[in-house]
Amino acid sequence: MSTPQAHMETLPRSVQALLSIGLMALLAFPFAGQDFYTQMVTRMMILAIFSMSLDLLQGITGLVSLGHAAYFGLAGYVLAFLSPADTGASWAISLPLAILGAALVALVIGCLVVRTHGIYFIMVTMAFSQMVYFLFFDNKGLGGSDGLYINVRPVALGLDMENKQVLYYFTLVCLVLVYVFLRRLLVSPFGRTLNGIRLNEHRTQALGYDSFSYKLTAFTLAGALAGLAGYLWAAQSGYVNPELMGFHMSAHAIMMVILGGMGNVAGALVGAFGFELFMHVFKDLPQVGGFDLGKHWQLWMGLLIVLVVVIAPQGLMGLLRPGSRAK
Amino acid sequence: MTEPLLKASLLSKRFGGLLAVNGVSLSLYKDQLHAVIGPNGAGKTTLTHLLSGDISASSGELWLKGQSVTGWPHHRLSLNGLGRSYQKTNVFLPLRVWENLLLAAQAKDAYAPYNPLSWWGRTERNPVVVARAERALQMSGLLAWKNTTAAMLSHGIQRQLEIAMVLATEPEVLLLDEPLAGMGAAEAETMIQLLHTLKKDHAMLLVEHDMDAVFALANVLTVMVNGTVIASGTPEAIRNDTHVQAAYLGEASA
Repeated sequence: MSTPQAHMETLPRSVQALLSIGLMALLAFPFAGQDFYTQMVTRMMILAIFSMSLDLLQGITGLVSLGHAAYFGLAGYVLAFLSPADTGASWAISLPLAILGAALVALVIGCLVVRTHGIYFIMVTMAFSQMVYFLFFDNKGLGGSDGLYINVRPVALGLDMENKQVLYYFTLVCLVLVYVFLRRLLVSPFGRTLNGIRLNEHRTQALGYDSFSYKLTAFTLAGALAGLAGYLWAAQSGYVNPELMGFHMSAHAIMMVILGGMGNVAGALVGAFGFELFMHVFKDLPQVGGFDLGKHWQLWMGLLIVLVVVIAPQGLMGLLRPGSRAK
Repeated sequence: MTEPLLKASLLSKRFGGLLAVNGVSLSLYKDQLHAVIGPNGAGKTTLTHLLSGDISASSGELWLKGQSVTGWPHHRLSLNGLGRSYQKTNVFLPLRVWENLLLAAQAKDAYAPYNPLSWWGRTERNPVVVARAERALQMSGLLAWKNTTAAMLSHGIQRQLEIAMVLATEPEVLLLDEPLAGMGAAEAETMIQLLHTLKKDHAMLLVEHDMDAVFALANVLTVMVNGTVIASGTPEAIRNDTHVQAAYLGEASA
């Protein structure tokens, strides 16, 4: 059975303070940091959007998708296809199209997968994302295993994503909008119904909810938001390859959500930043004897996730919440 | 007599080799309480499941308010005025009583999931929904527990919440599956009072083992044994029916 009020409808003071300070820091950061760090934080914010989009399924609706990267990667490919060789695509056109594309594919796949439950849902979402992965991996026309380059980053309305600061603030605005949208959704009639479906799907049906349509809408919305993140990722990195839709990327999203704490959106956000920070810490570990600690960062990350799951089942957010340590 | 609100005709349900419900027909009328009694395993709960759309019938037909609703899914029947409670308490345990009721009370709009407005607004600011939940809270006498987490409630109060959630959907037809199960005497008395109040304005089906309650409340009684209706009629007629006495009451009260 799920823990009471796992949603943290009202975030604890400590979390509110942390998020406010975090937002200020993010607003000020490009003035202080070098380009390298600006790019690093942009990446963190993109992953945070991706992580929050998965939380809508995993934490709020109780649908653990192991194929969420498919929609992330697809939106990146949409940008790659729409980008001319020598100029930037208009983001005012390509961004909505990328989100729409990801949402449409999520809608079609969602129709088939949200009928399943538990372990079957996990397996079927993974199977579909692997199909998408191999569709791109095996087709030269779609870029094949090497992927596609986006030679010039998107530009529109005077905002040129070639400029790292512009891309940074563009991403920050998206991050804030997605966060506010999902926090509001959490306590909306729709979000409360999703919560009910997670707790007791059968009873929600008895009350008159068509749980299929709710889960399908959540799945599509989550796919659309993952698409937003994937678009920004492609815009930042300048290329896309099938790995963006791969199993590892999907698992990455799940780990970010678990690390931060599921079901309250803020946790997924914190988890994404936490994951990236820990990753950089672990990658910078020194060589000890003949053993390169930094090279094996995934080992330390794995141990950290295990540790978090054991001592803080509600993730990093759970640690910040008074009285949450008692099981 | 007026048109029945819910009418079932020759409903049957087969689970493999077992005919759990065998050709049961019944009609529920407004302002009437129709009780279904019978020994354990008689198919009473399965019958409730068939009427509510929890499971689909192997054969037979169902009408709700004169409309044929055979094969309709659960949620659609619920949206059209059919509410049911469960034998095993089936509430949202981690949520507060009030949250349980709000969730029940807002379930009126079949298109809500596709409507972006429902992704943004707040249920507790919707006066219609709040009024519905408030009414259910008062009728079921749960005011004192409004902000208690459902998991913390005693069994009896959880049973009341079970009924309150059904009421919050404002059904016209009520299917109540053993609302008194496992209740203490005082709790049961409160529940019987509530059922008595609900008889007015609702068409009710009550599955219950508490014979005193059944005979005190019911306008019509149906007796089931092994999936089949062996008798149906007024409480007086049932009390004097020799088949029933042999099959059921005799064993229970002798």
